[in-house]
Amino acid sequence: MAKFAKLSFKKDELNKELAGFFKGMLEKGAVDAVLVPMAQPKKGVRLALVTSPENAAKVDPFAPVAAVSGAKIASSLTSRPSGRKVAMVLRPCEIRAVIELVKLKQVVLDDVLLIGVDCYGRYENTDFAKFQEKGGTSESFLENAQAGKTATQDVDIIGACKICEFPTAEGVDMRLCAIGSGSGTVFIEAVTKRGEEALEKSGLKPGEVPAGRDEAVKKLVAGRTEARDKKFEEIRKEVGTFEGLADKLSACVNCYNCRVACPVCYCKECVFVTDTFRHTGEQFMMWADKAGMLKMPNDTLFYHLTRMTHMSLFCVGCGQCTSACPNGIDLMPLFRACADKTQARFNYKAGRSVEEEQPMAGFKPDELVEVTGQVK
Amino acid sequence: MSEFEPKIVAFFCNWCTFTAADLAGTSRLAYPPNLKIIRVMCSGMVDPKFVLKAFLNGADGVLIGGCWPGDCHYINGNLKARRRVALLTEVLKQYGIGEERFWLRWIAASEGNMLREIAADMTAKLKQLGPSPLQNIAQMAL
Repeated sequence: MAKFAKLSFKKDELNKELAGFFKGMLEKGAVDAVLVPMAQPKKGVRLALVTSPENAAKVDPFAPVAAVSGAKIASSLTSRPSGRKVAMVLRPCEIRAVIELVKLKQVVLDDVLLIGVDCYGRYENTDFAKFQEKGGTSESFLENAQAGKTATQDVDIIGACKICEFPTAEGVDMRLCAIGSGSGTVFIEAVTKRGEEALEKSGLKPGEVPAGRDEAVKKLVAGRTEARDKKFEEIRKEVGTFEGLADKLSACVNCYNCRVACPVCYCKECVFVTDTFRHTGEQFMMWADKAGMLKMPNDTLFYHLTRMTHMSLFCVGCGQCTSACPNGIDLMPLFRACADKTQARFNYKAGRSVEEEQPMAGFKPDELVEVTGQVK
Repeated sequence: MSEFEPKIVAFFCNWCTFTAADLAGTSRLAYPPNLKIIRVMCSGMVDPKFVLKAFLNGADGVLIGGCWPGDCHYINGNLKARRRVALLTEVLKQYGIGEERFWLRWIAASEGNMLREIAADMTAKLKQLGPSPLQNIAQMAL
């Protein structure tokens, strides 16, 4: 049975209260370090790895921004583990990517206390700066989002978040709950035994259960799911052909930022930057001769289609690809719509569970008979 | 006007399907010349990139031939190939290249006759279907 601790805060003191919670965990040795979104000196919020309790003062876990996917940071911190206990405060999409990376042996959760933050969505990095300039804070964001309003006069949450049906994190030890928690209140939920121990050590007392949470989450998920299906329909109409796909990607310059930003593009070295694709001048000339011309840089469609076969089974729809594109291509709907199909074929959902085997990691003699249609 | 002749890139496993093609040849079983056969050691080594590149370079169809389940020279390469083909089919289907252009078939070393049938069948179906939708795409779009 999950336990909730209520955290009431006065105006402008949400982060102060949350800092107290993390400070308590560090001081009492519940963990040795906390990876948590932290305010930068003037503006911006980034993840920080905090080991000393007094440095927890500027935490901002509900900040609607994720300039880099925390799943990649989790991989840096644990793929060659430190042996020290770390609490990781991540968004639901980052947690789902972490779950995929665990299966790819690129994240090790043995010494990790996973804390999922309730997520109403995030702004683009540059939009978040505008939001802060106009005096926006996590508190103001949460208050508006709870009332169903994520947009301000200047900015709105990214497309990926608008169609994300996972506002809460699963498979975590604890949750920071803000959805439906009411004004001036957030809740800290201990989900697992490990979470309960950490909550106890932090000094917070379990008690009141957030009454409006389940209902609010349900409503949010229903709205987002509807928006998602509409988006899928739109994108499938737009890129239902190779011509459509080529049009969609016409601004691509082969910079490969989308795969650098992608938390589940798992290859240690991307084949597109290896010698396999370092061709000789003679080779390029041969290709040009064959068709009379060759677009340069070449292999744009090839790259994106290859990426789809690699990452679409693990795509969690975080939208980092769109955020990373220097030429403004909205890649997220393209990859998510593709992922929707490929994951459905194998009855697989990225980020659902660490227990579920990744589709390309196994095989059975008597499955997928329809592929060949042959029976001996 | 001459009839449309589809270009089929065929990846045949060394141990079964390629041997079957050899058998068809030595048995004088004629099959359509539309197949451009590439011998690979196992259907399980056909990287999805090979298939994508074939289509992007203008193939009208891709045929992967492997050993029947249980007969793989490398124990289970063909079963891995099957999952990969299912995955790649789902990707390609969304942009207009469906199962009818991308085949995986089990053809044993002794099945020269079946190889002929499948080659003829695929060629005929692709003739009906016409050129690959990628043929219409300008070089500048790739």
